[in-house]
Amino acid sequence: MVLRNAVVVGGNRTPFTKAGGRFAAASAQDLLTSALDGLVARFGLAGQQMGQVTAGAVLKHTRDFNLTREAVLGSALSPHTPATDVAMACGTGMEAIATIANKIRLGQIDNGIAGGADSASDAPIVVSEALRRAMLTASRAKSVLDRVKAFASLVPADLIPVPPTVNEARTGLSMGESQAITTRKWGITREAQDEMALASHRNLAKAWDAGFFDDLVTGYLGVTRDTVLRADTTADKLAALKPVFGRGDDATMTAGNSTALSDGAALVLMAEEEWAKEHGWPTLARIVDTQLGAADYVTGAEDLLLAPTRAIPVLLERNGLTLDDFDFLEIHEAFASTALATIKALEQGGVGVVDPSKLNVNGSSLAAGHPFAATGARIVASLAKMLAAKGPGSRGLVSICTAGGQGVTAILEGI
Amino acid sequence: MTGTSFLETLYNTRPGRAVARRAGLADPPKLRRGRTEPTGHTALATLPGGGVGAETLSLLGIAPSTALVDVPEHRTKDERGRDVPPAYSTRPGALVVDATGVREIGQLELLRQVLRPAMRGLERSGRIIILATDASAVDGLEAKAVAQGIDGINRTIGKELRGGSTSNLLFLTEGATAGDLSSSVSFLLEGRSAFVDGQAWRIAPRKDGDEGTTGADRGAPFAGRIVVVTGAARGIGAAIARTFARDGATVVAVDVPAAGENLSAVANELGGSALQLDITADDAGARIARHVASIHGGDTKIWAIVHNAGITRDKMLANLDEKLWGSVLEVNLAAEIRIDAVLLDRDLPGGLADCARIVGIASTSGVAGNKGQTNYAASKAGVMGLVWAMAEELADRPITANAVAPGFIETDMTAAIPFVSREIFRRTNSLQQGGQPVDVAETIVHLCDPASGGVNGQVIRVCGQNLVGA
Repeated sequence: MVLRNAVVVGGNRTPFTKAGGRFAAASAQDLLTSALDGLVARFGLAGQQMGQVTAGAVLKHTRDFNLTREAVLGSALSPHTPATDVAMACGTGMEAIATIANKIRLGQIDNGIAGGADSASDAPIVVSEALRRAMLTASRAKSVLDRVKAFASLVPADLIPVPPTVNEARTGLSMGESQAITTRKWGITREAQDEMALASHRNLAKAWDAGFFDDLVTGYLGVTRDTVLRADTTADKLAALKPVFGRGDDATMTAGNSTALSDGAALVLMAEEEWAKEHGWPTLARIVDTQLGAADYVTGAEDLLLAPTRAIPVLLERNGLTLDDFDFLEIHEAFASTALATIKALEQGGVGVVDPSKLNVNGSSLAAGHPFAATGARIVASLAKMLAAKGPGSRGLVSICTAGGQGVTAILEGI
Repeated sequence: MTGTSFLETLYNTRPGRAVARRAGLADPPKLRRGRTEPTGHTALATLPGGGVGAETLSLLGIAPSTALVDVPEHRTKDERGRDVPPAYSTRPGALVVDATGVREIGQLELLRQVLRPAMRGLERSGRIIILATDASAVDGLEAKAVAQGIDGINRTIGKELRGGSTSNLLFLTEGATAGDLSSSVSFLLEGRSAFVDGQAWRIAPRKDGDEGTTGADRGAPFAGRIVVVTGAARGIGAAIARTFARDGATVVAVDVPAAGENLSAVANELGGSALQLDITADDAGARIARHVASIHGGDTKIWAIVHNAGITRDKMLANLDEKLWGSVLEVNLAAEIRIDAVLLDRDLPGGLADCARIVGIASTSGVAGNKGQTNYAASKAGVMGLVWAMAEELADRPITANAVAPGFIETDMTAAIPFVSREIFRRTNSLQQGGQPVDVAETIVHLCDPASGGVNGQVIRVCGQNLVGA
């Protein structure tokens, strides 16, 4: 069977905002619909039937069981466009892209849209476990008295809504606390983390000023630029921040070198290469290959957020490439120390050395923000544009860590 | 948008309106708009030497009635014994006066004769359309003076007509035929020209290679054609985009990246595409072409580009610095020249088609000047100069370049003018009201019509015959 090529045609995202900010009243579905409508407008797709739209969100309400389909129905696309949801924590967007790319390569569809949305502002708030059980018992009760009895055991604290957490189910540690262990274990310094954060802000600000995002972002609710971005931040300002994760004097992770909880949505338009050319669509970059990895973090043997270091060697070997063969390296900055530990682990594991001049050259999550499921499409759309500008044969590597000790990686090639 | 003042709130109440009416501020006539023909018949007066008028109406499928002529023997007496001109038994919707053969001062009396019965005889939103031969196409001092004299008649009856009726004049240059004229006559007859009043423009023979025909699909003349509209996210630009889409065009809606949210809504509503672009960027023209070729197909060319994007940075010249000065000229004029220069490259994929239309937006501020707007007036008068020069420069290519000059149009921008000034601006024209964005749009769409190849190098004011700069 001859595989076809899946290419990135373009992308669109909302600006990313800090949770509780200008998108506070928007749901993940609102954000996804907005990103979709912007993409539809950019490529003149109103009323058209696409092969498939696949996206997802990490923070999902029960009403979001059909998130992507609902976004399609709320968009200007033809209602005959099928849609599916995927879920892989922060890897959701990238895994959605892999799904669509694979279907295109297999010939099941000629084009598709993939990405994700998240609203940390609109995270689901649930009732306590005790209240939930009482409500279930009450619903089964046959008499009023039994119904009242069902609630008798509750104490006032059980009535308080439970806000969402991003704690790992198996370790009970928050993402930040888990990463603090990794940071210490790999000896990532405060200075290195702040330096990476500063570069992220400077690179992203420069890209915005140069108009790089003119055809990658569409404003939403009056917001026209990423609001996490601090174009005027300095090394001194970052150095003055107090650590928020880790304990003791050697705690190094601050709000400045960790990603902010954020709201936003991002999507990528993809098509089969020949089909795209026949239809006169831009062909920016091929999705060459993708690879997942998973780490044994529960036992403490491995790190929660370094699973990409298991995926990357597999991906490189399968494609006969080394890190030196890439023009751009996009390593998601969940925390500055995650990206730095990933680079260190790749080096120590003999996979290769990351050239800092190729790393996140137009900024990454520290400056842009990280609406979990939106990050994959943000990275892939930007990278594809960079590769197209770099020229045919240029290569980019994507690495995204996720909750649950997993990672998703991909190779893109400029056309 | 500014808040509504107390005075404005009061003015818009029922008692407030009653007082205003007593004070002479009558409710303005409601104008007939859109692709609607007059309800009543179209009367035709063919003066000696004419004929192109009858031919034009025939092309448009209109069977005219004969215009009444006010000569003494046709007059009747009223109950008080006074002479009254002959009256139409049913109100005509329009009167077309074919004065293309009029050369002598004495013949102007013939215009008076056919116009008089129509002045109070037309239905509401009626039309007077005068056809005359351009001074450049007649010989002799008297004939040339007479041509201009006819415009004096046109401009005056525009002011005297009531009930939303308008008068306009089309000057035919050497060799112009009914086929060159029909698109403009159709525009003037229909509701599309609602806010165009007291204007005169020239009709020339369509150039060799102009693909437009008089029989263009009047429902969707732009079907399969790409039209680029800058500043399309809102206001007049969005109205232009919508009007083109109504008539079948595939619209490429362009606006600054910061306006992307509205822009994509407009593009999706119209089934077009959105291009987020700062038109002052050096590569703006190239990016427009690249967008057209990559989104709408590699062989696709632009049928029309409408340079609607514009800004104001108003200040009295005494307070005007180089920054406010420069930005207005850059956006309103310089960007347009640069973009056209790129798109006119015949070999550019996604550039202007061999036969194409270019429209700029001038302004009554450019025609007449406006206090606090030296920069804006410079840019808008510049647009007029630009389309005149382009029409000459493109003489051997079937591409037309024209401009519209809007007067007071009801937009967010004019809504920000303080109430009393706004009410004065809006009423100081022959139609006693502000125009709607769609009125500007209709005129632009008309200029871009495949059948409008005979209109070239013209500036058409959409101002209800504003007193300013008339």
